[in-house]
Amino acid sequence: MTVTKSDSAAAAAAAGRRPLLRRPDKPVQASVIVILLLFVLFVLPSLMSGYYTGYMTLAAIYSVVCLGLGLLVGRVGLYSLGQGAVVQIGAWTGARLLYGTGQPFAVVVIEAGLVTMLIGMAIGLPALRLRGLYLALITLMFAGAITVVLATVNFPNGGGGFTGYNGGSLHIPPIRRPSIAGTESAYFRYAVVVAIIMFVLVYAHLRTRPGRAWAAIRQSEPAALAAGINTWFYKLWAWALASFITGVAGAVLAAEYQHLYSINFATQDSIILLAVVLMGGVYTLWGAVIAALLMQLLPGWLQSLGVSYAWLDILFGIGVLQVLTTAPTGIADQFPKDMKRLGRFLWRQVHRPSARGAPGTSGPPGAPAAGSPGGGAP
Amino acid sequence: MIEVENLTVRYGGVTSLDSMNLVFEKGICGLIGPNGAGKTTFFNVLSGFVRPASGTVRAFGDDLLTMPHYRRARWGVRRSFQTEQAIEELTVYDNVAMVHSPLRGSARRADALAAIEFTGGGLSPYARVGTLGAGQRRLVEVARAVAGKPRLILLDEPAAGLPDEETAHLAAVLRAIPSHTGALTILVDHDMSLVSAVCETTAVLDFGKLIASGPTAAVLRDENVMRAYLGTAEVAT
Repeated sequence: MTVTKSDSAAAAAAAGRRPLLRRPDKPVQASVIVILLLFVLFVLPSLMSGYYTGYMTLAAIYSVVCLGLGLLVGRVGLYSLGQGAVVQIGAWTGARLLYGTGQPFAVVVIEAGLVTMLIGMAIGLPALRLRGLYLALITLMFAGAITVVLATVNFPNGGGGFTGYNGGSLHIPPIRRPSIAGTESAYFRYAVVVAIIMFVLVYAHLRTRPGRAWAAIRQSEPAALAAGINTWFYKLWAWALASFITGVAGAVLAAEYQHLYSINFATQDSIILLAVVLMGGVYTLWGAVIAALLMQLLPGWLQSLGVSYAWLDILFGIGVLQVLTTAPTGIADQFPKDMKRLGRFLWRQVHRPSARGAPGTSGPPGAPAAGSPGGGAP
Repeated sequence: MIEVENLTVRYGGVTSLDSMNLVFEKGICGLIGPNGAGKTTFFNVLSGFVRPASGTVRAFGDDLLTMPHYRRARWGVRRSFQTEQAIEELTVYDNVAMVHSPLRGSARRADALAAIEFTGGGLSPYARVGTLGAGQRRLVEVARAVAGKPRLILLDEPAAGLPDEETAHLAAVLRAIPSHTGALTILVDHDMSLVSAVCETTAVLDFGKLIASGPTAAVLRDENVMRAYLGTAEVAT
């Protein structure tokens, strides 16, 4: 058997000592994350030009959007093609409240999240009775509808009334930013901090009862039902959580753009979102970060090279095909494995005289991922 | 005690259970029958996946069929599946603690760990189920079934596909379930040696009809049962 006696004895002892700790900690991974975050917060802003700061801020914001979609797809098995519209709802609400009220920025961000959550749930209530392709279709229709509605109503620009839109105004005041984050790089830090909080929120969910319920629902709804999990309720919970964090991201996005126009948003953004989320990897939280960098940083980089970013649509199409056919776990899981395999290959090339013959000791490449995700990088 | 009265289930034109009348007293009861006899359908009725056309099921005085399916776990219904359904992504502990039960906090944690220890087999609570072998995954399902104060445990072919020594371990675990949990356990299996080793009483279904029930040894010698299994003639009841 795979589990040795000492292993289970040590685990039982650990259980007696610290029952709250359900899994052994991963100190290496934790410290890598902390160092990376410190680098992003304190070193990176001074290294980046203003051009890239803008793109990195968008990437930080969209990492939260991708996190929400990754949660739905990877953890619960709900395919939504409407997340782009959910971002728009958050952005609209955030912009409206920032123009219309004097509340602190952080409060507005949370309110935008809550409003988006309520609207998302109102759509989720009927939509979650469907699944698979039909859920994807209905959410895509919803995304289209929201885009049309917002193209008609327009985003607020400091006008009066409910919509806050004043078509005739020549001077449009910018959407305000928090007082502590007036400059570009300060606002980048602010967006990263918001993203960190959202990641922690989702991580806390995944490690506790909802996470267990979602994992059960994704693998086997009968098993989940037999364990007494109210699958409909937990699906709606996942939907609400994803809507909330996406709404929060939308509000932060509104203040990043400072002027919002409906042409900034297109229905196909929702499809691009699903594509990059699948490419990044839906089974780890890192996947959301990779997806956001693919979606937001790559266009900026290509543009600075003078390449049309329309090429990205083709690239993403190929990427999704690759994910669906050969690497369902996405870049976040596949890349470290590939690097390890490359390392082994190079090692064998160098040490050819002492060739170990059969490479079978390293296990077939298609074997289920036994190692911890993301922990494979040397 | 489970009292089943006139339970009938139809899928379209197929009558999967035909006015079944049966009482499960206590301990471990076997439920056997050829393929398609309605054993899994019966389990599906008890766990709420299938709505019967008619009939009642009273479990320890409560009407089981009026409960929504996700409430039944909290009431005390547990089940395992013919194709093993341990959740690969989660650890053994999470798989067991997943069950909704009246227990809370540290009592729940202790209960889950006790259930894992009860099933034995060298299960580590922190191992991911995806890394375990078939026998251990079956044990995870059994651990989930005995966790959280169960009252009725339904095991659907828990020994399917297991080698002999693992089946022997499983049989020992199953025999200990009634004294460990006090729950009524119903075991469906095709392995007659397992059924006769574990179950005090056994009921036999054939084409949705109950054809025999009573002490296991007597039932397995019953002429109707032999005929149903060998398939020589349509069984008249």
